Amino acid sequence: MSGIVSYGSYIPKYRIKPDEIARVWGEDPESIRNGIYILSKSVPSPDEDVATISVEAARNAMMRGNIPPRDIGSIYVGSESHPYAVKPTATIVASAIGANFNMFAADYEFACKAGTAAMQNVKAMVDSGMIKSGMAIGADTSQGAPGDALEYSASAGGTAMIIGKEKVIAEINDTLSVTSDTPDFWRREGQPYPTHGERFTGEPAYFKHTIGAAKKLMERVSTTPKDYKYAVFHQPNGKFPTRAAKQLGFSDDQFKDGLLTPQIGNTYSAAMMTGLSAILDIAEAGDRILAVSFGSGAGSDAFDLTVTDQIDTMDRKAAPTIRELLSKVIWVDYAIYAKFKKKIVTGDNIE
Amino acid sequence: MGELSRFWRESNHRYRMIAIKCGNCNEVYFPPRDVCPKCHRESIGKMQETQLSGKGEIVSYTIVHDAPPAFMRQRPYVLALIKLDEGPTITGQIVDADHGALEIGKRVRNVFRKVREDGKSGIIQYGYKFVLEE
Ligand SMILES: [Zn+2]
Repeated sequence: MSGIVSYGSYIPKYRIKPDEIARVWGEDPESIRNGIYILSKSVPSPDEDVATISVEAARNAMMRGNIPPRDIGSIYVGSESHPYAVKPTATIVASAIGANFNMFAADYEFACKAGTAAMQNVKAMVDSGMIKSGMAIGADTSQGAPGDALEYSASAGGTAMIIGKEKVIAEINDTLSVTSDTPDFWRREGQPYPTHGERFTGEPAYFKHTIGAAKKLMERVSTTPKDYKYAVFHQPNGKFPTRAAKQLGFSDDQFKDGLLTPQIGNTYSAAMMTGLSAILDIAEAGDRILAVSFGSGAGSDAFDLTVTDQIDTMDRKAAPTIRELLSKVIWVDYAIYAKFKKKIVTGDNIE
Repeated sequence: MGELSRFWRESNHRYRMIAIKCGNCNEVYFPPRDVCPKCHRESIGKMQETQLSGKGEIVSYTIVHDAPPAFMRQRPYVLALIKLDEGPTITGQIVDADHGALEIGKRVRNVFRKVREDGKSGIIQYGYKFVLEE
């Protein structure tokens, strides 16, 4: 059966605390922290973007699985912050990892689930025999408008999953999606910051799709929460995935290892995939994992995975683990953050 | 357009640190050269591409405060002379480093970063930079 052959993540080293953002905008840091359960978020350096983050994640996945570039039959990059409006990030990643000229590639877009949509497509291509193995990347350097609630959570990171049929460390037993036209969150072409349809963000968007997809998938593969060692969900903040997990009947022990938002914020397209990456860092053969993403607009992709004994032969430390990526940080204040994120605009002809 | 095509031609070495090895004397050149400056004619037809590990050590470094406008958001930034494990010594930017942790002899490894943006509508140039190995 096809599944994950290797995986790799990258999280920028800079971090800012919500307290610092609250200080600038005159909000109560305690209520912000409790409201969204985010203790810090990652900030990309001025020389980082979705292309550089994707390349680092891709290289980590190839290093960990010792995968030669010629084995990569497709590269799909899911993001809502591609550096170019026209010129695929996938082309830059392909060149940077030395992939074949003869290869499938494209950029995907579906808010925060573009990367998992890429995983589904790569799996389908592997299953159909179009390719031997391929790479799906979810990466973002998302932006929240200054002073907006999203500024406390929108962060940066990326994860690459290599999917194939040989040396599979986690079989994808099944996957399905749910989709509906929901106005919970959007960004019009040319606008720097997104807009959220306040009353649509929770119940009719995140919870309906995430829980709906999880339930449908468990029904299809005849499982209940107790069949899973781990569960990981899209994590726009620390609160939503916790509530969804509990509502589905998962315990703290099952979802805590995949919940990274409290430390790194919402990495959008990378959020669920990076949580899955953290789980694969520690999972053992036989462990079953439920992984559900969510993308505004809206939809969810659900995956039922089983870790194989191939994971014991993989040198998981050959690339940085999530724990390592979380441990090395440089704290910045709001002024440096605003400078890095180009929220401070320079005069003409300077940049 | 001249710079655009030069950058495109150089993407193998800038993106992936592909060097050129002289098949006659085994010297590794980075950036790549067409002819070995030691072997001259002897090297013709023997210059082969080789993948660098991207690892090396700091030979010398400087912290640049008087930065060009394009580096304003990264000021002050670190430029270092790095001796790569395969032999060549190159100039490279060291990023994400606590400046107090910089030392001659310290190990570095390459990372993929944005090098330059040609204004708001031009091409974005990517390439290698370095971080301290931890
Ligand atoms: Zn020579």
